[in-house]
Amino acid sequence: MCLAVPGKIVEIRGDDPVSRTGRVDFGGIVREVSLAYVPEARLGDYVIVHVGFALNILDQEEAAAVLSLFEETSASGTSGNSAQED
Amino acid sequence: MRFVEEYRDPHRVAELSKLIHKTTTRPWTIMEVCGGQTHAILKFGIDRLLPPEITLVHGPGCPVCVTPVSVIDAAVEIASRPDVIFCSFGDMLRVPGSNGDLFEARAAGADLRIVYSPLDALAVARSNPGRQVVFLAVGFETTAPANALAVFQASREGLNNFSILVSHVLVPPAMEAILSSPGNRIQAFLAPGHVCTVMGWHEYEPLSRRYNVPIVVTGFEPLDILQGIHMCILQLEQGRAEVENQYARAVRPSGNPQARRLINEIFEIVPQRWRGIGEIPSSGLGLRPAWRRFDAAERFRISPAAAASDADSECISGLILQGVRKPSECPAFATRCTPEHPLGATMVSSEGACAAYYRYRSHS
Ligand code: SF4
Repeated sequence: MCLAVPGKIVEIRGDDPVSRTGRVDFGGIVREVSLAYVPEARLGDYVIVHVGFALNILDQEEAAAVLSLFEETSASGTSGNSAQED
Repeated sequence: MRFVEEYRDPHRVAELSKLIHKTTTRPWTIMEVCGGQTHAILKFGIDRLLPPEITLVHGPGCPVCVTPVSVIDAAVEIASRPDVIFCSFGDMLRVPGSNGDLFEARAAGADLRIVYSPLDALAVARSNPGRQVVFLAVGFETTAPANALAVFQASREGLNNFSILVSHVLVPPAMEAILSSPGNRIQAFLAPGHVCTVMGWHEYEPLSRRYNVPIVVTGFEPLDILQGIHMCILQLEQGRAEVENQYARAVRPSGNPQARRLINEIFEIVPQRWRGIGEIPSSGLGLRPAWRRFDAAERFRISPAAAASDADSECISGLILQGVRKPSECPAFATRCTPEHPLGATMVSSEGACAAYYRYRSHS
């Protein structure tokens, strides 16, 4: 039940904020997902989905940052972004 | 698949493993709280990429594993009523109660439907106005937004035949229970990334300060987990104890405000029993009085079963869920207890530590 996975919004239906849904593509498997908690979600966004609900939109810049950060990490010996900085 | 494969890149994984070896000078014990991470660690053999000084222990973050026996008994009792259609996630069916499981109730004639989302249960209620439809609402903070919205939507539509049997658990109080236990040996935590997409990380700051432990909000792919571990080790080696966020692509400091608002409107914080562990104060969610008409326990007058013990006879899952023992140390592991014939809930769920060890380690 807990394995939330990222998928891409390929279609959005409805405009009532509570019942708005999207069709989300998980690497070929498409499911209908509630968008009630991501009112700002747009077509093409990647969302983390858990038990039929999109919980958040993936931040593409941060997503790339993890991959490159790691390269910097090897050089500088520090890692990650402190929560206090946000 | 985007946002998945690149975080499994073997080259980066190997580099990061090397870096962890270089950073580590002393023995450290780190707990991953979430069962999803336990599963990934065993599946990808992440523990085998770490220096011998680092011990990973598996935490209580598997909702299937910690659902109390009394809730399974109540579920079986309600599901067995002829006027009820009982809806549940599939992985709850084989969790043992004191007198059988939901799977057996179905074999005995209960109308039991496996659903993927509480919204599916709501749809069943809509199309069966003459029957009572009950959803087994278990889970951590990640599932609470879904269950809150199902109740909200049922109320909005005036659905009188829908209710939920609630057994919700919260992560920070469970971490506190582990940290404050006399034998605690956990020195740092990987906090569960998806719980934090909902809740954010502010709740972890007082824990980190009070117990002087690094807490790193961490994702679920191999690179995420290794980086989370590395961030923990850096803090430990440098004598720091802070909350850091490895999973910034999904987790914002305050989580998801809409989700938190609705959870807070529908649910209140209650004491909660954890299977194998016992009651932990303020560690669960129950429906607020204004929403109790959707509470299946009230609707069907199920009395809280004081009698049902939460200890499975010879099962040591309580010790496993608190990181005191490993599944392979249980005498029943892979002999009397297997996924086909589970003696405890940690063998039932794919995110349970016993099931993960059985799947990835019992043949090696
Ligand atoms: S192997 Fe089975 S009996 Fe032993 S702790 Fe795990 S679930 Fe319980």
